[in-house]
Amino acid sequence: MDPWVHLAVAVLLPPFFGALVAVLFPARRTNLPWIAAVVSCGLAFFASVAGLIYAVTEGTVHYHLGGWEPPMGIELVMDPLSAFFCAVIAGVASFVFIHGKTVVERETPEKVIPFYSTALLLIGGLLGIILTGDLFNLYVFLEISSLAGYALVAIGDKRAPVSAFRYLILGTIGASFYLLGVAFLFMETGSLNMRDVAEIIPIAGDSPATVAGLILIVFGIGLKMALFPMHGWLSDAYTHATSTSTAIIAPIGTKVAAYVLLRTCFYMFDPEYVRNEIPLTTIIGFLGAAGIIWGSVLAIAQRDLKRMLAYSSISQVGYIALGVGLASPYGMIGAVLHTLNHAVMKACLFLVNTNILERFRHTHIPRFDRTYRIRMPWTMAAFTVSAISMIGLPPTAGFFSKWYLVLGSWERSNYLFLAVIVISSLLNIVYFFRVLEKVYLRTDGEPYDDRNEQEDLALKREEARGSMLFPVLFLAVGLLVIGLANAFIVTTFIRPMIPDGL
Amino acid sequence: MIDLIHDYYAYWAIMLLLVVGLYGMLMKKNLMKKVIGMIVFQNSIILLFVTAAFKWDATVPVLKEGIPGDVSSNYLNPLPHALMLTAIVVGVAIVGVAFALLIAIYRNFGTLEEGELTERMKGE
Amino acid sequence: MSLPETYSSSIPFLALLVSLLAVPLILWSSKRPNLREFWTLLAAAIKFGLVLTLLPGALEGKVAEFVLLEIAEGIELSLRADSFGMYFALIASGLWILTSFYSIGYMRGHHEKKQTRYFASFAVSLSATIGIAFAGNLLTFIVFYEMLTLATYPLVIHSENRKAIRAGRQYLAYALTAGLLMVAGSGLIYMLTGSIDFEPSGILEEGMLGAGGMRVLFFMLLIGVGVKGGIMPLHSWLPNAMVAPTPVSALLHAVAVVKSGVFGVVRMVGFVFGPDVMVAYDLNTILAVFAGATIILASVIALRQNNLKRRLAYSTVAHLSYIAMGAALLNADGFTGGILHISTHATMKITLFFCAGAIIVHAHRENVSDLDGLGRAMPWTFGAFTIGAMGLTGLPPVNGFLSKWFLCMGSLDAGQIIVLCVFLTSGLLNAAYLFPVVYRGFFRTSEKFEGLGEANPFMVVPLCITAALSVVFCLFPNLFFGLFDLATATVDAVLR
Repeated sequence: MDPWVHLAVAVLLPPFFGALVAVLFPARRTNLPWIAAVVSCGLAFFASVAGLIYAVTEGTVHYHLGGWEPPMGIELVMDPLSAFFCAVIAGVASFVFIHGKTVVERETPEKVIPFYSTALLLIGGLLGIILTGDLFNLYVFLEISSLAGYALVAIGDKRAPVSAFRYLILGTIGASFYLLGVAFLFMETGSLNMRDVAEIIPIAGDSPATVAGLILIVFGIGLKMALFPMHGWLSDAYTHATSTSTAIIAPIGTKVAAYVLLRTCFYMFDPEYVRNEIPLTTIIGFLGAAGIIWGSVLAIAQRDLKRMLAYSSISQVGYIALGVGLASPYGMIGAVLHTLNHAVMKACLFLVNTNILERFRHTHIPRFDRTYRIRMPWTMAAFTVSAISMIGLPPTAGFFSKWYLVLGSWERSNYLFLAVIVISSLLNIVYFFRVLEKVYLRTDGEPYDDRNEQEDLALKREEARGSMLFPVLFLAVGLLVIGLANAFIVTTFIRPMIPDGL
Repeated sequence: MIDLIHDYYAYWAIMLLLVVGLYGMLMKKNLMKKVIGMIVFQNSIILLFVTAAFKWDATVPVLKEGIPGDVSSNYLNPLPHALMLTAIVVGVAIVGVAFALLIAIYRNFGTLEEGELTERMKGE
Repeated sequence: MSLPETYSSSIPFLALLVSLLAVPLILWSSKRPNLREFWTLLAAAIKFGLVLTLLPGALEGKVAEFVLLEIAEGIELSLRADSFGMYFALIASGLWILTSFYSIGYMRGHHEKKQTRYFASFAVSLSATIGIAFAGNLLTFIVFYEMLTLATYPLVIHSENRKAIRAGRQYLAYALTAGLLMVAGSGLIYMLTGSIDFEPSGILEEGMLGAGGMRVLFFMLLIGVGVKGGIMPLHSWLPNAMVAPTPVSALLHAVAVVKSGVFGVVRMVGFVFGPDVMVAYDLNTILAVFAGATIILASVIALRQNNLKRRLAYSTVAHLSYIAMGAALLNADGFTGGILHISTHATMKITLFFCAGAIIVHAHRENVSDLDGLGRAMPWTFGAFTIGAMGLTGLPPVNGFLSKWFLCMGSLDAGQIIVLCVFLTSGLLNAAYLFPVVYRGFFRTSEKFEGLGEANPFMVVPLCITAALSVVFCLFPNLFFGLFDLATATVDAVLR
């Protein structure tokens, strides 16, 4: 057997292994679990990138766990789609972990080891969801990641357990609906292997049970994805959790749910069928569009930076749903590219938020002023770049996912989606430039004068320490690189993953 | 209609449980009752799997003399049961985490009633 | 269709890059103003030199092309120095040198703060302008168009008072909305034709869309470029953006930014839609109606402005629509006149703004009504102003006469008497709002300015040069740079 096929499992093992190892370290040595987390995520990242290249050049890897042949056994599937998502998640998580060192030690000094262990379980669970080719196994990984997620959200301020509990209730409903959908599909097809199910569904024909199963799955996953109007849990959960918890969950948690949507709607079912017979993708698209606008409007209303970013996540997830909803090649390119872009920019923004919190002890936007830019120039520069990318201006990454979504909207002649993309970009301008104005300009209405200049010169630079600055800058530069290299990413990686039916 | 109820009465019962559980999770104001609703909800799905795997005139999937193993109608499909074992374990874990959160909430705010909780959180 | 001969050359890219590379140097030497300004001047000189090296090729009808990378799937970030692009790049980069000198005089004379940010943003703006000039396709155009929006934002809000911040917000809202509409429109063109490269006489063909669809597409792109081009009712950011320092108003809000807008209009008309489609769907009439209304209305509003810079801003709005009108005429003379007006208006209006800036810094006056007798104290400045005013009115021997002549010929050619009337009326209105300034300066007396003398030579020399250029380019339109040949080459390519 080709040894490279072990890459599929090599992605999955490091986080779980790291989670176990982290617990073994003595409590005093707080840097050891940190190293374990960074290293295991880094390994998973390199394995996913290698797997992505392998899947693109040599074809999809089907890895039979324990040597059991599917449909009896569980298989891991590493095709371009899953490898791409794994790379995004492991990559972003590595940077968040690198950044987290001092923050975790300060925010949760007693719980450094459990924190890293749980976070690694979360990453492992998410990677498992992506890689597995088995519907029930996906449920198990979903619950592993969710349980780890509840725990991470619950570490935080005094109100964190309440939002974690609400997240748990809704998350359980979502996962249970997913399981219910799987039950329907299983009853109809007698199989749990995704490929197997995909082959049986056309033979089994157009039965209400399969349709009901798909709808239940989409509903359950939509809850996990915070698809409008099921987004209620997200903002509180992100706001009250600790900085690093949020930074690790926010960029990647919802993306995985988007992946499951893509996988079930376009790979397990025939996209034509999902689009035309049951207008499911259209509904997803409209919910996404509604979420984009609603999330942006609420983001404008927020006075706390972290909460604003949380609402902006709801809106950005809407873009991905909109791309899925278009059910066209360009729509899918837009959706997949936007998962990458949004993961990078949201990670960058939440890390900037953390840097601000660490230095100034608050993230209340009305209290920001121009001294922030002088005291933390690089952090603010990174914020500016990611804000521009969030708005979607060239040549940053955010522009190009919007470009493909625009092409997709024209492809489907969907003028409403087009209007939503335009309007939401304008709303993004409002809530990001509000912050940028505060940070860069004198905003009390008087002109910038000699006294201001003296004050500014007297200020010392108090930039965040290296381990917190480097990931932020790297992600910000990454946004420009992804933007300029997007054609390469699309043609090499995303084009091959578009299923035949689209 | 009567036939539909009569032939599928087990499924009707499961559906009732499902709705009861969902109602408890979403509508009850007491957080503990929400957890109880959640347990009912999860168990209804487990029951659904097990019920769907049931066959008349078939026996447990352990090979037995006199009952040929190559005729599928003789034995139940063991897969759903195996799956549900996992699901039960997952369910217990979730309940465990939920209780842990409830304890934390009670420590922080001294109540598990939704209304009082909102009041006290505002007071923070 | 015979495409012009192309050759691969990295010079268009280098010309774009040079001012971008100056930015880190400018930021790095923020504590040493002389060194900082040296970088600006050096970059300006190199940029102009690089553009000039492309000129002989462009005059022979060869197009320098440079493909940087694939910017989106199937679309390249390509720079093409065709005759029209060269024309615009020459004007923008040439005037940057003069503006840089002027900026030094103005910013130091006015004790402006945050000069490093100012010079850095200015350099980025110029890079973006060159990128717009050389853009080989719509997406490249959009990339630099948005870059220009972002780079000019810090210049608009420069003084950071309430008025400036409000103007900045308005500018962003207008310009970014426009950019988004352009993105959406380009997406449709890409889906229709599979290409968004600018091609002489257009990439769209009749029958690709229904009449309604084509008009909506035209409006999307017209709004996209029309906001920067100040076509009414999209103009109102421009007068408000006059809170920026005067060199910004002079180069960006009279040349680079607004001309990018009308440059875009001409690109859309000649290189995306093409004359055939324009006529077939009455798009030229739509454009002409908006442009004509803008010319008259803006001139009338300019009459009522007491603030000199605002008056000039409204005058800019009117004159930008001359260019759009020229494009809408779609005949050889009209098109030539429109394109020529890009350069003639540039030299004249930059002169006027330079004068306004010199007056602000030296005499601390902003309003027209306060200028009585100032002409005697600042004869050079007011002399230059007179030349600019004559040009805008359309009097020989200033180059405004030349472009106006062609525009009027074009409207006669097209049998559009109304358009001719618009041009002539606006000429009168120009005289009505500009000559009072000259009159007050030279013929009214006041003791306030006695012994004031002329402004700093850093300011006076550039404005005299631009005034002289305005005259020289009327008498010898092809002198030095072959601007006239570039314009006619463009017209020939578009109208075949």
